[in-house]
Amino acid sequence: MRRRLFALTGLIFSTVLLNSSVVSLAWAEDAQVNIDNFSFAPAQLTVAAGTKITWANRDDIPHTIVDAGEPRTFKSPALDTGDAFSYVFSTPGTYHYFCSLHPHMQGTVVVQ
Amino acid sequence: MDVTNEIEDAAGPQRRGFLKCMLWAGTGVLWTVSGGVPRSILMGGGAMAATPASGELSFVQISDSHIGFANPPNMDTPGTLREAVERVTQLKGKSSLLIHTGDVSQLSRADQFDTAEQIIKGAGLDTHYVPGEHDVLDEDGKGFFERFTKGAAKGYYSFDQQGVHFIGLNNVQDLKAGGLGNLGQEQLEWLEKDLAGRPSSQPIVVFAHIPLWTVYQEWGWGTDDGTQALSYLKRFGSVTVLNGHIHQVMQKVEGNVAFHTALSTAFPQPAPGTAPSPGPIKDLPPGKLRSVLGVTSVRQVQGNAQLAIVDTPLAN
Repeated sequence: MRRRLFALTGLIFSTVLLNSSVVSLAWAEDAQVNIDNFSFAPAQLTVAAGTKITWANRDDIPHTIVDAGEPRTFKSPALDTGDAFSYVFSTPGTYHYFCSLHPHMQGTVVVQ
Repeated sequence: MDVTNEIEDAAGPQRRGFLKCMLWAGTGVLWTVSGGVPRSILMGGGAMAATPASGELSFVQISDSHIGFANPPNMDTPGTLREAVERVTQLKGKSSLLIHTGDVSQLSRADQFDTAEQIIKGAGLDTHYVPGEHDVLDEDGKGFFERFTKGAAKGYYSFDQQGVHFIGLNNVQDLKAGGLGNLGQEQLEWLEKDLAGRPSSQPIVVFAHIPLWTVYQEWGWGTDDGTQALSYLKRFGSVTVLNGHIHQVMQKVEGNVAFHTALSTAFPQPAPGTAPSPGPIKDLPPGKLRSVLGVTSVRQVQGNAQLAIVDTPLAN
């Protein structure tokens, strides 16, 4: 029984893998932006519509992720060390964002 | 960094009106103006009680207590704040008040505000706060203003004490992408009105979290509309601007305006451009933390336009 389940899982897993390469234009994969040393990395990110981007704060100081545009489409709470914030970008466009505590920290997401 | 030479140069009789110096790691500077020439005296970093002559104003500044921060190099920020308050008690002499130039808390949490408030009460001084960016993370700073700036819902206000006009400013909210600290039009208008009609001979003390002068743009250490605010202060004969935020002592004098930033009571930050980021200095030599934390005492000196400012570390 256990062996059959394992085989089944493997089958599903490989199917997903196979499919992901086929549908990558339509289905976005998640992306991550790390915060280290008061900067976003990568600072520029181009993703497909529907992508969920997660920002992870790895600094000892809290940061925020705030849309610099008007009207503001996303704004995170303050992220303490080890906290993360995610946002799904469903609408194509260029999004400039910054940290509202340290506004010299800036990044851009281009959604295609 | 050749701090000593820079200070000696600036204190020389050939250079008037402008002095820029930077101090690091547990030293203090006593500031006076003598015969129109700014002079500073480097002190050994030991405690020096600021005992004022009777009738002269003296007060103490603490800054950046970051209650809630518990990472290297300081796992006990309430503990170091407590030590700072003990220092204040030793130094206060006849001080009439204490100012806190912001970042009371790490994350604007009520329990962090509470801890700080209880410890600071131990100084037994009337305390005036302005917010740091860490204090206004929730509900646009409501929690901070209700507790620490009662009667000033936006965190800026002024008052008079022994003939000196004190102005607390809020330059940590509504910051713009790519920008520095920000006062905003409404606060600038309030400031202009607040100063209108005051005699130019009245000494002014301005305190705000982020430096009102540009210390280091790349790290956001300055205030976008600080120049505008300072233009309202130009006509006054004695202006002292006290800030925090950068967790190190820096000062300069421009005309009648003396700028000074205070040490933190929580952790030190690097000198501009000397590290990849302005984050805490984590790799301090063992036992050195308290030499880079401290308090600032300020007093009027008879016959001098500039106030004397002394930074005292928690330990040598």
